[in-house]
Amino acid sequence: MNVNYIFSLIVVLALFLLAYVGVEAAGLQWLFGVVIPYAAVLIFIGGFISRILSWARSPVPFRIPTVGGQGRSLPWIKPNPIDSPSSSGSVVVRMLLEILLFRSLFRNTRADLVEGDKLAYRLEKWLWLFSLLFHYSFLVVFLRHFRFFLDPVPGCVQLLETLDGFLRIEFVNDAIQVGLPGFYISGLVLLAAATFLLLRRMFSAQVKYISLSSDYFPLFLIMGIAFTGIIMRYFLKTDIVAAKALVMGLVSFHPVFDPALTKSVSGVFYGHLFFVCVLLIYFPFSKLMHLGGIFLSPTRNLPNDTRMNRHVNTWNYPVEVHTYEEYEDEYREKMIEAGLPVEKE
Amino acid sequence: MSDELITADEMLTQIDHKPPGKGWMDTPVNIRKGMYCYASNPKSVEYLGLPNARPWNPMEDDWKLPDNWQEIVHNAFKDRLERFRSFKVFMDICVRCGACADKCHFFLGTGDPKNMPVLRAELLRSVYRNDFTKLGKIMGKLNGARPLTIDVLKEWWYYLYQCTECRRCSLFCPYGIDTAEITIMGREIMNLLGLNIDWIATPIANCYRTGNHLGIQPHAFKDMIDFFVEDIEEVTGLALEPSFNQKDADILFITPSGDVFADPGTYSCMGYLMLFHYLKEKYGLKVTWSTYASEGGNFGFFTSHEMMKRLNSKMYAEARRLGVKWILGGECGHMWRVIHQYMDTMNGPADFLEEPVNPITGTKFENACNTKMVHISEFTADLIKHGKLDLDPSRNDHLSVTFHDSCNPSRGMGMLDEPRYVIQNVCKNFHDMPANTIREQTFCCGSGSGLNAGENMEQRMAGGLPRANAVKHVHEKYGVNMLSCVCAVDRAALPALMEYFVPEVEVCGVTELVANALILPGEKERETDLRMEPLPGREEES
Ligand code: SF4
Ligand code: SF4
Repeated sequence: MNVNYIFSLIVVLALFLLAYVGVEAAGLQWLFGVVIPYAAVLIFIGGFISRILSWARSPVPFRIPTVGGQGRSLPWIKPNPIDSPSSSGSVVVRMLLEILLFRSLFRNTRADLVEGDKLAYRLEKWLWLFSLLFHYSFLVVFLRHFRFFLDPVPGCVQLLETLDGFLRIEFVNDAIQVGLPGFYISGLVLLAAATFLLLRRMFSAQVKYISLSSDYFPLFLIMGIAFTGIIMRYFLKTDIVAAKALVMGLVSFHPVFDPALTKSVSGVFYGHLFFVCVLLIYFPFSKLMHLGGIFLSPTRNLPNDTRMNRHVNTWNYPVEVHTYEEYEDEYREKMIEAGLPVEKE
Repeated sequence: MSDELITADEMLTQIDHKPPGKGWMDTPVNIRKGMYCYASNPKSVEYLGLPNARPWNPMEDDWKLPDNWQEIVHNAFKDRLERFRSFKVFMDICVRCGACADKCHFFLGTGDPKNMPVLRAELLRSVYRNDFTKLGKIMGKLNGARPLTIDVLKEWWYYLYQCTECRRCSLFCPYGIDTAEITIMGREIMNLLGLNIDWIATPIANCYRTGNHLGIQPHAFKDMIDFFVEDIEEVTGLALEPSFNQKDADILFITPSGDVFADPGTYSCMGYLMLFHYLKEKYGLKVTWSTYASEGGNFGFFTSHEMMKRLNSKMYAEARRLGVKWILGGECGHMWRVIHQYMDTMNGPADFLEEPVNPITGTKFENACNTKMVHISEFTADLIKHGKLDLDPSRNDHLSVTFHDSCNPSRGMGMLDEPRYVIQNVCKNFHDMPANTIREQTFCCGSGSGLNAGENMEQRMAGGLPRANAVKHVHEKYGVNMLSCVCAVDRAALPALMEYFVPEVEVCGVTELVANALILPGEKERETDLRMEPLPGREEES
């Protein structure tokens, strides 16, 4: 038992109950369906921007990239432009690979003592693989949901849905022979990847040791989102038309308060929506801000060229130094005796 | 080495990388002998004008802190968050994925979970959350926040002086979080309370006054070089005349004073002298040494950004005074991170110097056109490439060499192939260590960032374990017997590490290998290498 994940799990379950009961028993559809979503989006946008600005306000006094390959030097030595970028173009490539493909994580190794006295390093790609799956399936799920926000649904969202669903036809029909209506592979991958990340946190000794509740909480929350989404889609057969009407009301700033409509959508939908709202609210105040932070990381977004191009520190202030004159004054006689040249004989 | 030190085998069997059941916040720090460096001498602290100079002992309960120490830390923390984006971003975005956990040599060598880079950073981050974030204030310990108590401060001190600022963790972090940067800030803050270590404070006080860490005064510096001149005469039959503080020189040469002082760095120092003699005789190049700027290393970097700048200022000041064209820098690790990533920003622009050109080959060192300081390996590689050095690599035939990439020239500069090119041109037997332990993934010697003292030998050996392990591998596989490097701290630290784990392997600088092979005009038939050890196969001939 670990208080960190138990606590987070309980909070997430309680949040769901709050929304479910609030809607089903107390009829607070207007709160969970209108007020909180608006507030969440505002907090998210405001919080995100203010966080980025607060980072941006702190200057970058020194150019300190972590160099990951041969630097640019003599003309006949082949530089590694990606891991040791010396131009802004290369920095952009390095950042893109970092952000889109998690390049540094791809380097990951695992160190073990073998035969008692040898350190061996194995490639360890699981974390990279599941992180990538996690983020990309989340992205697909997110984009797929644009069909609830946009009317008519744009072609690219439809194409994405088709691809996402197409994968399932191959997969489910061959393997299980069950025909679910438009099964989306992304939702399942999201849940599976999140589960991997969770189990890794719970059972890998080192990761467990460093994990805080604030590491478990967003994982449970995202799993909750995926889970409620899947339940709604495949088991509860939620009234999608009504749900879309509600969401369209929100995005067009004409929120729907019609009880016939809001009540026809199940409590699980409000739980799902509430989870998303909590995630949005939590985001700017948490480690989830790594989404924005990675763009500002000075060890990655700067070129390795300080000997070539001047970097200015905006707060560079004069410091006390020990001048040559002071030095010579102290040692002049000894210097003359030793035959060392001096300024003043 | 101290008698109390456990043996290498004991150390290896003790390591357990599985953390204990009890959480880290509930595990108080246990400051252990052999794992820390002595507190600084108050005289050094005072000489530098740093705060709270007083005698103190980390093993005693009372660290004699100023009464308002918590306030000092809070304000200093805040100030650094506002001045360094790195610090602020790194405090905020770690997701505790653990990718960095087993990348730190200190964690690999000790198994102490607080030596996982992420936890080292969390020691500060936990206080940051408490003092500067809303969620931390509300949620407290559940969110990993805790107030700064005296025990937390002691934990900071202990573990921030168990980080050699090598930046290996940063390479593997998906966001580039650099725990070294956090250590740098933490040490800077602790210095405001007078929590320094003597192995750093006294060298910087010396350096400030005499120009070098060892406190060698100008006349003594010249004397020491003169000893090398005698030794070189014995080996080559030539009497060299090095120049000091000379105003019409082309190039100012600056290298760490450690090489002037102790073996095996001294052989590299002899190597520099021989190379410059060769270039003077053959091509008329005038290189001068400075007694005022007689230190390339910069332990100020391990104290604070300000101290780094104060010490570094001498390089440009001396180059300007002497009116040289540009500066050449010797083999050193952290010295080169300071030059490459900080010097021009701190003390530049060096508009009084010329863009460095090698007058012998005509090569423009474009990568150094702003800072105007060139690395000796870049310089030597260029000379060799253009066939400007007469070399007899067979004089290094008794050696089977591997190369230790120092942390800073690799992850702070990207200087990986130049030294390898030089080595492979001056000796025939070269074998790299396994890929995960060299180049950008190189492991620290375990004694960097001012931790190469004598009293923390267990810590140094544990930290050097991954490096030694890789050396042992190539020793067993290829018969490697010489570990070369381009760093003076390495040359001071690695011999002890080798003696502990792989006693058959010796340590040398790259320029020592160059000088062994270099055929000086008019020299006698060499019978020994620079260490005065007979060259196999040569004794009989002569
Ligand atoms: S690799 Fe980076 S994000 Fe992951 S735990 Fe280490 S410092 Fe944090
Ligand atoms: S900088 Fe080096 S010593 Fe410090 S935590 Fe990272 S890997 Fe360990």
